[in-house]
Amino acid sequence: MATISDVKPAEALLSNDEILRYSRHLIMPEVGMEGQQKLKAAKVLCIGAGGLGSPLALYLTAAGVGTLGIVDFDVVDYTNLQRQIIHSTADVGRKKLDSAADKLMAINPYLNLRTFDTKLTSANALDLFRDFDIVADGTDNFPTRYLVNDACVLTGKPNVYGSIFRFEGQASVFATEDGPCYRCLYPEPPPPGLVPSCAEGGVLGILPGLVGVIQATETIKLILGQGDPLVGRLLLVDALGMKFRELKLRKNPDCPVCGTNRTITALIDYDQFCGIRGQEEPAGNDIPSISVEDLRKKLDAKDDVFILDVREPHEYQICNLNGYLIPVGDLPKRVSELDSSREIVAHCKMGGRSAKAVNFLRRAGFTKVYNLTGGITAWAERIDPKMPKY
Amino acid sequence: MPQIQIPSPLRQYSGKQASIDVAAKTVGEALAGLVSQHPDLKRHLYNDEGKLRTFVNVYVNDEDMRYLQKEATELKDGDTISIVPSIAGGS
Repeated sequence: MATISDVKPAEALLSNDEILRYSRHLIMPEVGMEGQQKLKAAKVLCIGAGGLGSPLALYLTAAGVGTLGIVDFDVVDYTNLQRQIIHSTADVGRKKLDSAADKLMAINPYLNLRTFDTKLTSANALDLFRDFDIVADGTDNFPTRYLVNDACVLTGKPNVYGSIFRFEGQASVFATEDGPCYRCLYPEPPPPGLVPSCAEGGVLGILPGLVGVIQATETIKLILGQGDPLVGRLLLVDALGMKFRELKLRKNPDCPVCGTNRTITALIDYDQFCGIRGQEEPAGNDIPSISVEDLRKKLDAKDDVFILDVREPHEYQICNLNGYLIPVGDLPKRVSELDSSREIVAHCKMGGRSAKAVNFLRRAGFTKVYNLTGGITAWAERIDPKMPKY
Repeated sequence: MPQIQIPSPLRQYSGKQASIDVAAKTVGEALAGLVSQHPDLKRHLYNDEGKLRTFVNVYVNDEDMRYLQKEATELKDGDTISIVPSIAGGS
């Protein structure tokens, strides 16, 4: 693959057509010809073309960033369309890179777009980052976030960070020479399964838009050398309250990757660091389980089965198996409502929460309790196609 | 009275409250008061050895308590304690 060449801003000349395109930038002294040339000479790498990556890539392209790299190995899913605004209905099933490329080149044909159809790993991150000036982190999991951070510190590239959860977000700029890195803020990740993903916890569709554009703004400010970037500052966004708060971030002198006595000088195994052993299966491989087919057989045979639904009330309204609803968080308080002499099948949406419920009930002395593998989603897929999936 | 802001990932363990007033003179006292009122929060904030988990940061107003006096940081009326856990969503 051809390497991406270094262009100095003074050499990134603008044609008359580009001058017209960027007129609204050029007429502001904070940008001007000099600033626009800096944008054209800049090389930004976006990790992810999803929720955060969508607004990031769209706005950086519109603004005239000369070279944009995007790393994403994923395919557009129907449930992405609620928030990943670079993708459209016709793109479902296509590679996200292809879908993104179409939209970005349509917005700005002057863009030098480099796509990387690969998972970012310890084996490829350093080489990839070296070709760019700034990295914008739009990933969705802890191992990759630590990988991006460490690779940014090791290659000396600023890490424009944004993250979201339900209706709250965080944004900052890590890994500048004098500023803190992600590990200064969070030396260790939470154990796997503790913080739900967007698929499990839900996310307000607009939220990655809000946070992604903040990331695009910070990226542009770094390139232009204008304004006060979020270095040493953690911006907390509360979309429901529409409140923006700022917390001070300090560079930790004991930080293993960017501190004074660095012990991390090479990329590590981030899955191991985050406690993830291999592919995350829906939990429940080593607890008593029942398949949706076997449950159907039992119900058809009119066996005495008590179906315990451990989802939330708003999920029950979408679809249900007529189960007895006790949300998993309420189970400890309401366990006395259950009869341990009966055969109980616990289910949730996909099998994760119900596995926790089964573990809890077994520790509480229930012996005839089983986890419905795959949850009500598996039931909708294999037993009752008329049931909605969500 | 100082106030503790509960981040959304932890609100399911704080009776869905986003902010809780605590009568406390130090951060340590405030957090102890919080987990005694809401015991489910304890395992999310503290590990088995009773230490605050490193993926959770505690701020007094806008300063990380690690750079103040940690749990001994004194609180004034109107101070806000923020619990800021790491989140990773982006897709």
